[in-house]
Amino acid sequence: MPPRTIAEQILSAKSGSAARAGDVVVCDVDLVLGTDASAPMAIAYFAQMGGTRVHDPSRVVFALDHYTPSSESDKTAGFHAQVREFARAQGVRVHEVGEGISHTIAVERGYVRPGQLVIGADSHTVTCGALNAFAVGVGSSDLAAAMLTGQLWLRVPQTIRVVLDGARQADVAAKDIALAMVAALGTDGADYHALEIGGPATNQFTLDDRLVLSNLAVEAGAKAALWEADEVLREGLRARGIEEIAPVVADRGARYVRELVLDLSSLTPRVALPHSPGNVVPIDIAPDTPIHMVFLGTCTGGRVADYHEAVAVLERGGGRIADGVQLVVTPASREIERRLAADGTLDKLARMGAVVTTPGCGACCGTSGVIPGDGMNVMSTANRNFKARMGNATASIYLASPAACAAAALTGRITDPRSVRGS
Amino acid sequence: MTHVSGRARRVGDDINTDYIVSSARKRETIDAQILKRYLLESVDPGFAESVRPGDLLVAGRNFGCGSAMEVAATTIVAAGIPAVLAKSFARSFYRNAINNGLLPIECDTTGIDDGDAITVSLEDTGIVVANARTGKREARPPLSGIAGDILAAGGLVPYLRREGRFRATPHAPR
Repeated sequence: MPPRTIAEQILSAKSGSAARAGDVVVCDVDLVLGTDASAPMAIAYFAQMGGTRVHDPSRVVFALDHYTPSSESDKTAGFHAQVREFARAQGVRVHEVGEGISHTIAVERGYVRPGQLVIGADSHTVTCGALNAFAVGVGSSDLAAAMLTGQLWLRVPQTIRVVLDGARQADVAAKDIALAMVAALGTDGADYHALEIGGPATNQFTLDDRLVLSNLAVEAGAKAALWEADEVLREGLRARGIEEIAPVVADRGARYVRELVLDLSSLTPRVALPHSPGNVVPIDIAPDTPIHMVFLGTCTGGRVADYHEAVAVLERGGGRIADGVQLVVTPASREIERRLAADGTLDKLARMGAVVTTPGCGACCGTSGVIPGDGMNVMSTANRNFKARMGNATASIYLASPAACAAAALTGRITDPRSVRGS
Repeated sequence: MTHVSGRARRVGDDINTDYIVSSARKRETIDAQILKRYLLESVDPGFAESVRPGDLLVAGRNFGCGSAMEVAATTIVAAGIPAVLAKSFARSFYRNAINNGLLPIECDTTGIDDGDAITVSLEDTGIVVANARTGKREARPPLSGIAGDILAAGGLVPYLRREGRFRATPHAPR
């Protein structure tokens, strides 16, 4: 058999065929994720398809994460009710409002394992690729089809090899590297392709760091963003009670359509300017811009380490949020919220004046939480800065690391976090 | 052979699904007949008002990037638009389009202006995109394989009602 990429191996195993890039295969799906924003439509498609029973309810998980809580609109409570009712009738697990973002929960609870095929009706399902799984975002109709048949058709993607090389500089976050990766690929540079992320510097990335790179990969159009399995992943899975894993390793000589080398030794903090995640510049040359709202949260930047990183900068800079800046904190999951409560991080943030909201997607896509006012500039740990993304078309969104967001909270302007020094 | 003819409605590169219909609008309803009032409002507030059934959406690179939300496809369908022409598509939108019977055509849209009369001919041997104003014709490979089968069935719902499951046939795109 010719040498194969990780994507080719996983899709071969799931389709029971020798799948090569370009082939179309029908795959058995290991995990199907739906949300309150996508499942209601999927439930309607499911009925239209003639569905009565979900093929394998144990492989389906719903999370009520976009409308958290539902009070933003009386309609969203109806979406929640629909999802709960379908799930109860079908024996599908539902993670309630406040438990967190679907793919964040899937990683935390150990639903995702190396070698799996994960589909989710949420584009950031690609995040789970950090666990050496093929994880891909789909729409509601594909979600319905997978619930009905247990399968999904996929074109086996060509793979772009992303090589992490060199020694990472201090004070450079995974988010900075992820933004640099999106900029290097372009917002359509990975359309229809899988990324395979590895290289000599892989061991400088924690599992949380890896989730950030896989998460942002979809902003370059990637279908999946798979990391190699190593000791860091084994440790992370062990912490979730998973001892036995079957890692998928790329064959020597596997074919890549392109190789992108990220030289970490020269990579510095970044910021994505409005209105594209590909509009990335080094933060020290970003235009001097006032910031009115800082958002620490989302499936990109709402994990425990992110808040630790932010609080370290806030404390180093004196712990006082600039006048006129609203700091909004939305942990990606309840588990994260609890850990932040237990270690005192949430208390520190609240004392500094942060508004702490229900875990979930929060303000990221204007579906819940704090919506920026007219003409406001937002500095955010999120992944998308499209015009109107947060619910106001006159607001401008800047994307950066938790440290850079914290620095902006201190000064009320775009600020290089390396310039924040203790007194 | 079938034809789709219509007036080109021009949009640019990187039209993400939030621009097609915003996530905030989707909180209120997922009924595309209502959402079509807000079609492309972030790009052009007058778009929804001016779109006519039969119009063709013509875009640049990476149409439908961002969220995989399917209302982006169903809202375009509800506005009476039968096809989207773009230099390239984000894969999640491409699938959603096919699954809802909306024809996604990858072609060189550079010379197409707003208002141009465009004809798309679907033949077994391929797709031909013709611009009446410029006289330019571009031949594209046919939509074959499982994606072609789903589109020919009228979308994923009629396909699965008929087939009961996915049947892989070679050469499907993306």
